[in-house]
Amino acid sequence: MTDRGKRRAWGAPLLLLAWAAPAAAQSDLTGVYGARYSEDFAERIPGPALADFLGLPMNDAARQWALGWDPARYTLPEHQCQVHTVAYIYRGPLQLRIWEERDPASQELIAIKQYISTYEQERTIWMDGREHPSPNAPHTWMGFSTGEWNGPTLTVTTTHIKQGWHRRNGFPSGDRVTLREHFFRHGDYLTHVGIVDDPDYLSEPLIKTNNFVLTTNASGNWLWPCEYVVEVDGWAQGDVPHYLPGENPFVEEFARRHGLPLEATMGGPDTMYPEFMETVRDARED
Amino acid sequence: MLAKTSLAAVLLIGLCVAGAPAQDLEILHVQNNVYAIFGAGGNVTVQVGPEGPVIVDSGSAGRSQDIMDAVATLSDRPIRGIVNTHVHADHVDGNEIISTAAGFASGGTTGAGRRDATIYAHENLLLRMSGAVGDDEPAPVGMWPGNTYFNDVKELFVNGEAIQILHTPRAHTDGDSIVFFRRSDVIAAGGVYSNTGFPVIDVPRGGTVDGLIAALNTILDIVIPAPTQERGTMVVPGHGRIADEHDVLEYRDMLVIVRDRVQAMIDRGMTLAEIRDANPTFEYDSRYGSDTGFWTTADFVEAVHASLVQDP
Repeated sequence: MTDRGKRRAWGAPLLLLAWAAPAAAQSDLTGVYGARYSEDFAERIPGPALADFLGLPMNDAARQWALGWDPARYTLPEHQCQVHTVAYIYRGPLQLRIWEERDPASQELIAIKQYISTYEQERTIWMDGREHPSPNAPHTWMGFSTGEWNGPTLTVTTTHIKQGWHRRNGFPSGDRVTLREHFFRHGDYLTHVGIVDDPDYLSEPLIKTNNFVLTTNASGNWLWPCEYVVEVDGWAQGDVPHYLPGENPFVEEFARRHGLPLEATMGGPDTMYPEFMETVRDARED
Repeated sequence: MLAKTSLAAVLLIGLCVAGAPAQDLEILHVQNNVYAIFGAGGNVTVQVGPEGPVIVDSGSAGRSQDIMDAVATLSDRPIRGIVNTHVHADHVDGNEIISTAAGFASGGTTGAGRRDATIYAHENLLLRMSGAVGDDEPAPVGMWPGNTYFNDVKELFVNGEAIQILHTPRAHTDGDSIVFFRRSDVIAAGGVYSNTGFPVIDVPRGGTVDGLIAALNTILDIVIPAPTQERGTMVVPGHGRIADEHDVLEYRDMLVIVRDRVQAMIDRGMTLAEIRDANPTFEYDSRYGSDTGFWTTADFVEAVHASLVQDP
C-alpha cells in the first residue's frame, strides 16, 4: 500500500466514526408501550372532579371558561367524539406504538411515527428539518411536530394544535398552544415530558410527565371507534349547555368534600408551589 | 392532503402564465379542486377545473392584479365566475377589474364573443351595493353582481361539481352567502365565519347575532368530519386560517355563550355601559379581542346588544 493509500485507509474509518457518532448517541424508541398511570392516577383514570384546578397554572380567563363549562356540552353530537389534543393525550389511557420512517436508499431518518390507541390517532414527528406550516394552515388534534435528538433524548416541538382541554373538567387549552416534549428511554421504560405554553389560558407553562413500559404483548385494544349520535331529544339547534357567570352549582363541591379553601381549588400558578401550603393552613385556621 | 404551494413554484408558474403574484399573498391547497388565497383583503377561495376558475370574493381594492396573478398559477383558463359572500369592500372591491379582465368565450343566446366573468350574489347585496337600500354610496355599476338570487339557495354545476350558494339571513349582513363546493367538500364561509377575532356583526347593514349563530349552525349542519373527528369537510373562513368542523364548533359555542350572557344582562335591566363593564367576553378576549382597530371587543359587545334589543 502506498503512503497515499495508507492515508486514505486511516482517513476513511475516522470519517465514518465522526459521521456515526451523533447517530450512536440517539435512542431507539421504536416498539409497543403500555402506559403506567400511577402518577396523577385520580385525574387520569377516574377523572378529575368538577371545579378542581388545584396545582394548575390556569389564568383568570381559563377559570371563567372552566366555571362556565357544563359537562352536558359533550352530549352535543359535534363534541361527542372530540379527541384529546396532543398536549393532553398521553395523560389518558392509551397504548402507544412507535416506529420510524427511513429513506430506503440512505436510511436517514425522515420521521418518527406514533400510533396512539385513544381516538386512533396517528402522529408524525418530522426529523428531516422541514419548517412548520404557514399560520393559515389548518390545525389538527395532533398538530404539526418536528423533532431533533439531544443525545439520547428526542426533543419535539409541536404547533398547529386544535382547541381542546388541559384537564377534562372544563379547563380549556387554546388553539395557539405550543408543545415542547422530551422522550427518553431507560431500559424498557419510556418517559415523556410535555411542556405546554398557552398564551390564552396558562399563566405559566404546564409541565407533565408520563411513563410507559415496553411490552412484547402487542395485543389489547388498539381501536377507539366513535360514532356520534343525538343523545338528548328536544334541544333546539345550536343549544350550547353552559353556566352563566356565578350560576355554576358545583363550584364549591370539591373544596367542601376535601376541606380545602375555595381559593386553592380555583388553581393558578401560586397553587403549584410548596409555599402555597402555608396559605391553605392559614385559611383552615381562619 | 393540504399542501402549501411553494413560493418558488408560484413564481415559476406565474412567470410562465401571467405576472408573478405578489410576495405577500399565500396560496394553499385546501383539498381536491379548491385552493385559498390569503393576504389580498378577505380570503379568496378558488375552484379550478376545465371550465375556468370560479372564485369566491374578489379581495380589496388595488389587489385585483395580484389575485389574478395568483389564480393564474392554478389555472391557465380565464376566471369564469365570482361569488360575493357579502358587501364589504375587502371582499368585493376586485369585482369589476377581475370580471372584465377575465371573462371567457361565449356564444349562443348571449351572442358570440367575449363575456365578462359572471358575478353571483344574494339580491340584498346588490340592493346595498347599488344604493337602493341603506345609506352607502352606490358602487360603480361594473362591481354590481349581474346574477342574483333572492331565495335560500342558488345552484350551479361548474368544473364537474355542484356548487350551492346558500343564503344565511341577517347574519354578518343581510346579504350573506356561504358557498359549498360539494364534490371538493369545501365551504367558503365568507363573512359569517372568521377565526381572527370576534365576529363582525354589521347591524346597520342588517346583521344580527342570532342570524350569525344560525349561519354557523348551517355550516355545522353541512360539514361532516372524517373519522377521528377532523378534516372531512373543510371551511375557508372570510379571514384567518383554514378550518374544519371543530374550529367552527368552538367559535359557535363562544358566540352562543356571549349572546346568552348579554341577553341575561339585558333581562336584568342592565344598560349597555353596564354590560360592557361586566365584560361578558372575558375568557375569549385574549384570543379574539382587540382594543384597537376597526372592530374592537367593545364594538362586538355593542353589536350583540344592539341586535338583541332591536325590533325583530
